Amino acid sequence: MKAAVISFPGSNCDLDLQWAVQQIAGADCELIKQEQTDLSSYDVVMVPGGFSYGDYLRSGAIARFSPVMTALKDFADAGGYVLGICNGFQILTEAGLLPGALQWNRDLNFICEPVTLTVDRADTAFSNQYRVGEQLTLPIAHGEGNYYADPETLAELEANDQVVFRYTDNPNGSVHDIAGVTNAAGNVLGMMPHPERAVEALLGGTDGLGLFQSLIQQTKGADIRGTR
Amino acid sequence: MFKAKVYVTYKPSVLDPKAEVIKTALSRMDYHNVDDVLYGKYFELKLSGTEAAVRKQVDTICDQLLANVNMETYRFDLEPITEDEA
Repeated sequence: MKAAVISFPGSNCDLDLQWAVQQIAGADCELIKQEQTDLSSYDVVMVPGGFSYGDYLRSGAIARFSPVMTALKDFADAGGYVLGICNGFQILTEAGLLPGALQWNRDLNFICEPVTLTVDRADTAFSNQYRVGEQLTLPIAHGEGNYYADPETLAELEANDQVVFRYTDNPNGSVHDIAGVTNAAGNVLGMMPHPERAVEALLGGTDGLGLFQSLIQQTKGADIRGTR
Repeated sequence: MFKAKVYVTYKPSVLDPKAEVIKTALSRMDYHNVDDVLYGKYFELKLSGTEAAVRKQVDTICDQLLANVNMETYRFDLEPITEDEA
């Protein structure tokens, strides 16, 4: 598997994500800049957490206009795998690559703590190393992670089984407890929790590793390394 | 020249936690007759062009950037301004 992580000005989880994919999961992973306009050499492109462009206007609203985002849309339209984590999820919804939007947490707090998720789908490119119903503990760290979709959109994405992860104890007010959701085609996933912060026992848990192992399994370009 | 005054607010179906907090604060000030609070963003743009063209352009700007139409709605007023006011 050959992966890329996009570093926008203000991204701050890019190096953690590269570390998780490369040093722990054992796949090639390059850091690329927001000016890049060709993504065709990658199997997976990841949009990391942080505060791209200072979160001006709305989280992710300005990053959407970076040159790399046009390339990312072409990449996703061609079936490439795209993973957005935290601010990356916000950017993907702003760019229209994922349905819905992220608004302020229900209680207006910035929440930084481990949360428990339930795996709803274990047959996606991002979750094939998990079991349906499996519970994962991953950290969240966000102020605007309250997922909203209007009732029609919500009905549509439930009917299409696009929800991959749900909070077991909803921390932020997200509709239907949604923590991670894909596009209709299933090749783009956005999630608020940080799998890259749970890939080594030293970090307090390894439940996030399965996500990167799933992508490696899906793209079959590298041996699976690391143990959960 | 025109001045566009743009108002962006959450859709009625979205629970706005910031507006709820403001409402709570108002009730602590003993303003118990405040039934509802709407919280949003306000923008002013100065643009040149014909009124029809400017109206269409501001609508596109709101739809594409100033509001996230998945969760927000917008409205705007256009007023003619002189070069001096610009």
